[in-house]
Order: sequence, then structure tokens, then C-alpha cells
Amino acid sequence: MAISAKEQGMAYDPSSPQVMNAFYRRLFPYKALFKWLNQADVPGKLWTHREFAFTIENDVYIRYNSFNTAYDFQKEVLRLNPSRFEIGPQYSARPRDRKTLPAGALQPQRRELVFDIDMTDYDEVRTCCSDKKICKRCWGFIAAAVKVLDNALRNTFGFKHLLWVYSGRRGIHCWISDTLAIDLTDDQRRALVTFLEVIKGSKEQVKKVNVRNGKDDGELHPALEDALDDLRTEFSRLILRDQECFQSDQGWQTLLALLPANREVTESLRKLWESSPDRSSEDKWVDIVGMIKTYKTSNPTLYRKYEKYMQDIVLQYTYPRIDAEVSKHRNHLLKSPFCVHPGTGRVCIPIDPDRAHEFDPEAVPHVGELLVELDNAPAADSGGKIPEDYERTSLKPYVEMLERHAKAIMADVRGARRPVKEETMEF
Amino acid sequence: MFRPTTRPSATASSSLDVKLHKRQTVSSASSSGRYPYRLNFYDRPPSLDITLDEFETCAIDRLRILSHLEALSHRNLPPAQLSTAIATYTKQHLPLSANTARTANLDDERRRDEIGHWVLRLAFSRSPELRARFVRAETMLFRHRFETDDASERAAFLRHLALDWAVVGEDERSAYESQLRKCMPWARPEQFAAESWFKVSWTAVPDLVAKRRVFVKQGMAYVPQSMQISLVLQAFDTRLTRALEVTAKNLPRLDEDERLGPVIDHLAASFLAGVGAGEYAPTDSTAAVTAEMVDDVARKHFPPCMLNLYERLKRDHHLKHFGRLQLGLFLKGIGLPLEEAVVFWRRMYGSTMTDDKFNKEYRYNIRHSYGQEGRRANYPPKSCTQILTSNQPGTQDSHGCPFRHFSPENLQSFLLSTYPQLERGSPDMRDIMDSVKSSHYHVACTRVFEITHNVKRGEGLGNSESVSHPNKWTDRSRELEKEKLAILNGEDVKME
Ligand code: SF4
Ligand SMILES: [Zn+2]
Repeated sequence: MAISAKEQGMAYDPSSPQVMNAFYRRLFPYKALFKWLNQADVPGKLWTHREFAFTIENDVYIRYNSFNTAYDFQKEVLRLNPSRFEIGPQYSARPRDRKTLPAGALQPQRRELVFDIDMTDYDEVRTCCSDKKICKRCWGFIAAAVKVLDNALRNTFGFKHLLWVYSGRRGIHCWISDTLAIDLTDDQRRALVTFLEVIKGSKEQVKKVNVRNGKDDGELHPALEDALDDLRTEFSRLILRDQECFQSDQGWQTLLALLPANREVTESLRKLWESSPDRSSEDKWVDIVGMIKTYKTSNPTLYRKYEKYMQDIVLQYTYPRIDAEVSKHRNHLLKSPFCVHPGTGRVCIPIDPDRAHEFDPEAVPHVGELLVELDNAPAADSGGKIPEDYERTSLKPYVEMLERHAKAIMADVRGARRPVKEETMEF
Repeated sequence: MFRPTTRPSATASSSLDVKLHKRQTVSSASSSGRYPYRLNFYDRPPSLDITLDEFETCAIDRLRILSHLEALSHRNLPPAQLSTAIATYTKQHLPLSANTARTANLDDERRRDEIGHWVLRLAFSRSPELRARFVRAETMLFRHRFETDDASERAAFLRHLALDWAVVGEDERSAYESQLRKCMPWARPEQFAAESWFKVSWTAVPDLVAKRRVFVKQGMAYVPQSMQISLVLQAFDTRLTRALEVTAKNLPRLDEDERLGPVIDHLAASFLAGVGAGEYAPTDSTAAVTAEMVDDVARKHFPPCMLNLYERLKRDHHLKHFGRLQLGLFLKGIGLPLEEAVVFWRRMYGSTMTDDKFNKEYRYNIRHSYGQEGRRANYPPKSCTQILTSNQPGTQDSHGCPFRHFSPENLQSFLLSTYPQLERGSPDMRDIMDSVKSSHYHVACTRVFEITHNVKRGEGLGNSESVSHPNKWTDRSRELEKEKLAILNGEDVKME
């Protein structure tokens, strides 16, 4: 083949209405999305009282849509042909009836717990790209964040049903569908996020990690200690080797500013690094370790302080930077999985958190590519089941991921209900 | 007779049954055994035989406390100062004594406490906002009582609640020893050794989770006994929130006794306006003011709403009806006698009006507001609640409360041009605008008072009282001036 489907596909413009219409008509996995959000086969309030918000031509934003069935939803998507759409909470009433409801009667009630991590928050630490750009290398930050956050949400908070979704350009979303997560109040969400939030402070603030109860040598909370264990290797691989965060003048000046204010150590390091500008980030990190070693016996307090500060540096460069506001309120709208990013044309596909490191944003299915695949696929052979259109494209494994995920949630929800039923049947 | 009607199944635990009597029934002096504890989770509605008067006063007393607590909570006081402020205020308006107190009529105090709570539930179940604010304030009150309660009484109370918290066993404790230790860095070794833990869903202690004060594993938080207050408060909060939602869905029909409806409406409205039905009684220190003095008093002692009206009047030589009423009654309150008021208004209108017109149309109104015409009612000066909630100003009006009725931009420039102590973008200014944004107008007003009178933050009009009446602002402002003069003159100042 002269040109690959990939190359052909890139020629499709995701901002063209025809392209999007073909995508919504032939590829969007409505059924799986419905089951995932509704957590049952028959539409319940999680579906019928759920807000959807559409962005259509000229950036017109239509809020408070809600639908009786998955089919109604599909019809509306095809009619509006939105460039993207977002998912909100289940309200106390159907959002689309809001004009006929008394004031204050439309209250957000249940909603997946969501997280949003965006590359822009890493601009001060990444060296390979900036702004809207993202490459396989800086994806390493996101991958590290996924590892830590996934771990904390499962082991610390005990959640099971996490769906990680590529946001289409330079970030990732996480949706948690456990009943406990869906039922969280805003206060509880705020508490959880505050627990997880470690990097705080504005541009002006150099040291952004202050998690030792105001003491320099305080202990880390066990959950943060777990995170630190995960992040140590990430730090050497990503920060010291790949990103070379302390190579440039500005880089190592920041590093010095993040260490305890000890004239002797700081000045020696400064002199050393000024005189040999080609010392790598890894060299410099080793320099610090070597420099403070003598204090281990002569000044254990100072030594301990350095140790803790260096741990904090690891956290500052690699700990997940979450957009806290997104997670704190039930009524926050978040872009739906399987939307197409209007700028990049990439589909917001689910990501397996255990393989987040292997993920390559450049390799994510492009809407055009999928349409080409569909055109090139052999017509369904007679006999046997007629495959869905998506099954004939590289979207298939991702749709299946969402289906499996929805199934697991539904099994759990059913399981939680069953005992009650059985009891009543027995008597 | 008034009987809230709700679905029978829901009544049992959630609604209040009130029988109104003409006269107060003498409650038996001996302890009824209904109130073995000072603390109360209010999970059993009382069945009450009370007078309308009792119904109302219990509710108003409590409302006053809740408003005051809410105002205090927005002032970011240090814990100790906050606790004292609450203690002083509650002692005065809603005392609640421990079992050991010999002098107090425990049953009566506790009964009033309970009635107030349940009546306010009716008033506050109506909107999500009211519910949320009620729960916050009630929880704050409960917290204060819990913290100041006698240790053994508190323990007995907790036992009776029988909250189902799982106790962490020895095995688990030693398995997580190091993690538990790291979550209590402040504890001395012997303290840690003596500690025991409850295991609860982390959602039961969001405050401890947010501060990383507890070890969390698989969704369970390990809460040290020493932090159980968080658990108790959360339980209080959750139960009350749920109960209010039930009440909201089965709101008792109040129209069966037309006397109760208005009382309850008024309670909710007062709280929304941020003030506990404050009524104004002039203090004796109010020296008479003459028409000549008004200008001077205005510059030094008028609250923002009145200063605004007065400046308008000076500029336009005119005020619309409600503006005249608001300012006029206020002036009466600060001690401007009728004859002086006539002089004052005549002068203000100046040449824009003929004597004839003034005498015909305005003199009557002034005399009327002093109770000298018509029904001869002596109208009291308007409270902040009234100013905030009734007769909403139209575009041509200048009455009302600047904090509520000005746009944020206009309010800011008004404050900046009126009070040289305030600066654009200063933390104080931001504070004030934040309070306004969250509809705590009286908090904003109190802050302006503090700043312009060189009063410590949190002191308000003295004893942490918020501004609830324009005349109280002026009284206090004049009082402070007197004290200052006395000091300058080397006199002794009588301190309360
Ligand atoms: S809060 Fe009360 S005193 Fe202050 S400006 Fe408003 S109405 Fe006047
Ligand atoms: Zn990059």
C-alpha cells in the first residue's frame, strides 16, 4: 500500500461537519456509554436525570439537556452534530425540565468522582515541550501521575471502578463509578481532593510541597510515603535522565532554592556547577548526596533535613498535579469519553492505567484514520453476525474496554441489591 | 389547634406536634427525665403544649444565636476568642447548664433549647440554602457545647447515642502501628501507647481526611479516640441534614393555625437577611441632636446606608418616599426631635420647593412618622433586616443597604470615596467584598465599622456583636467617641 490509512486519515478535517457526522453515525459507542453512565440496562435516574452539554457550531454551548433513553440521546447527537459534549451530574429532576421547576428545585445529586490532569500544569517542570504541545517524552509526567493516583484511589480509598480517559490533547481524565464515589457530597469530594493535593502555590512560590505539618523534618502521611516510593524511580528516569531538569542554569538555580538554606552547602554546590556547566542533572543530584554525606554523623539533624527536602523535591517534580476544582463539585461538566478533540482529531479513548507508560499520544486513533479504515474494510461477509462498524476499525479494543468496564460496574451494583431481594423472596 | 399533617409513616420521627394554649401551662418543677443530658441530637421530636408567645420567643432566641454564630464564623477569629465570644453570647440568650449546676432550672432550659431547635427546623427546611446554613450553624452550636461539656456527662451522652463505630482490634493495630504513628506526630509516646482507634468509612470524617490527620486504608479511616469529636459532629450534621430533607418533603401544613405561618416566615426571612430579628431600643446616652448637628453627626457616625441617603439628599435636595422614610425614622432614633426634624427637612429641600408645598405635603409626613398624625403610631427606626428585605429599591431609589443593593463596582467606589481608611485591593477591601459576595451584608458592614473606628477585628459593636441595626452603629460610634474624648481629657472611663 502506498499510503497508510493513518496518513490518508490525517487529511480528514475534524472540524468539518461531514467528518463528525460520519463519526457519530457509524462509530460512536452509544450503547457502551449508556451502560457505563446508567449502571443498568433499563434507564434509571443516573441516565434520565443526567445533564449533557453540547458544543455546536460557532462555539454555541447548550446546557441542561437530558434524555429518556440512549436512543433519544443518539438522535440528538446526530441532529446537533456537536464538536464535543460534556457529561454532568444526575440532578434531583430532569435537567431539561428546569424551566418548569420551582427555583432551586434542580440540585445536583449523584455523579462519578472525576479527576483532570493537564500538561499545562507541568510547564514549569517539563523541558521538552511547552504550551499546547505534547510528545511521548512529556507524557511520562502523566504516566507517573496515573500510577500514583490510581494507586491511591484503589488502595487508600478502596475504589474499584476507575476509567482513565485520554483527554484528546495533553491530559487525562479519570472517572470513578463506585457507588460510594457517586454518592459523595461536595464536602466529601473536597476533603478527598485536599488529601490528595500536594503541589500547591503560585508561580511566585518556589517550594510548592508543604506536607509535613509545618515541620521541616516531619513525617509524611503513609499515603504520601507510598506515593514517594513509586515516584523515586520516576524521578531518576524522568527528571534526571530524560528531561534533564537541572541541566540549565535556571534549572539548577531552582534546585538550589529548593534545598535547605545552608550557606556552606549551597555555595559549594553553586561554585561546582558554575565552573563545570556540563554536569548532567544526575551528576548534580549525586553531588548533593555526596556533599551532605559528611553531616550524617557530624550533624544528623541537618542531614535529616536535607533528606526530607530531597524527598519533597521528588514530589514537587513528579507528584500528580490535579486540577482540584474539577473534582470538588458534583456539577462540574467533563468531556465525554469517545469525543473527538476538535483541535487534534484524536478520539478520547480509555487508557489502561497499568500500561499508561506505553501510551503514545501520537498513536491515538484519529477520526479520519478510522473513517478510512472503515472505507477500506471488506464488506461484511454473508453468514455469521454482521459486525458493528467500530469493530472493523482500530477503535474496537477501546470500545470493548468501556464495555467490560460497564459490565463490571453493573455486576457490582446488582450484587449490592440482590441480598435484599432474596430475603423477601424466601419468606 | 395546630397539627402538622404529614404522611403517617414519616411523622413518627420527623415532625413536630404542637398544641397552642392561651396561657402557659405550669410545667412540673420536678425533672421529667426527658432531658438526662445537656447535649441533644434532637432525634426525637417533642410533643409540645405551649403558648404562641413561647413558641415565638424560643425560636427567636435560638435564631439570634444561630445568626450570631454564622456571623462569627465568617470573621476568622482564633479558636479561643471564638469560643469565648460564643460562650458570652449563648449564656445571655440561651443558657444551657450542666447536670451539676444547682441553680438553673435544667428542664426548663433544655426544653426551651429543644423547642427552639424544632420550630426553626420548620422555618429552615424550605430551601437547600436555608437548610445548609441551618445545619452549619446548628453544628457549630453543638460543637461549642460538646467541647465545653463536662467530660463525664459527655461520655454518658455518647454511650446513649450508641453510634456504631467499629473498634480497631489489637492485631490490626499492631499491623498498622507505624502508619498510625505517622499520622499522630504530635502525640507523646505514652499518649500514643494509650490511644485506641475506631474504624469508620472515610466519608464519616471528611475534615480529618482533608488534613491528613488519619490513616486511611481501603476506604476506612482509623480515627483515634482523641479525635472522636469529628465523628460526633459529622454524625450530627448528617442526621440533621437528612431529617431536614424529610421535613422539606413532608412540610407540615401550617395554614391550620394562621398564627404560626407568619411567625415562621419571618424567622426564615430574618435569617436570610443575616440578622437575628434585631429590634432597636434607644439607649439613654443618646443626647438630643439638633438640625444643625446632623451634618457633623452624619460624617462621623452614620452607617453606610444612611450616609448614602444623606449625601443624596444634600446633592439632589430630594429623596423618594422610602428613602425619606428610612432616613427620617433613623434620625428620630438618633434623637432628632420633631421640631428639629421639620427644620432639617425644610432646609434640605431648600429652594426646590415652596413653603406652601412643603407645609402641605411634607410636614404632615414628618409629623406622622413621629406619631403625631394619623394613627399616632410611634414607628420605630428600621432594622437592617427590614432595610435588606422589604421595599426593594427601584432604579430611581437610593434607600436600602449599599452592601446588598449596590452593584459590586458601585459599592466599591462608594466605600473608597466615603472612607479614606479603605484602599482599593487591600486585604480589608477584599474581605468586605467577599462577605458581600456570599450575601453576608451585615458582616461586611461590621467590618467597615471596625476599620473606620479603629476597633479590633472581631470586636464589632463590642462583644463581637454584628451590625443589625443602623441606629446601633450610630450609638456605638458615638459611645466610642465619648470614650476617646474622656481619655484625652484624662477622665476615668467606666468599663463594662
Ligand atoms: S448592614 Fe444595616 S447598617 Fe449597615 S449599611 Fe446595611 S442596612 Fe445600613
Ligand atoms: Zn514533550
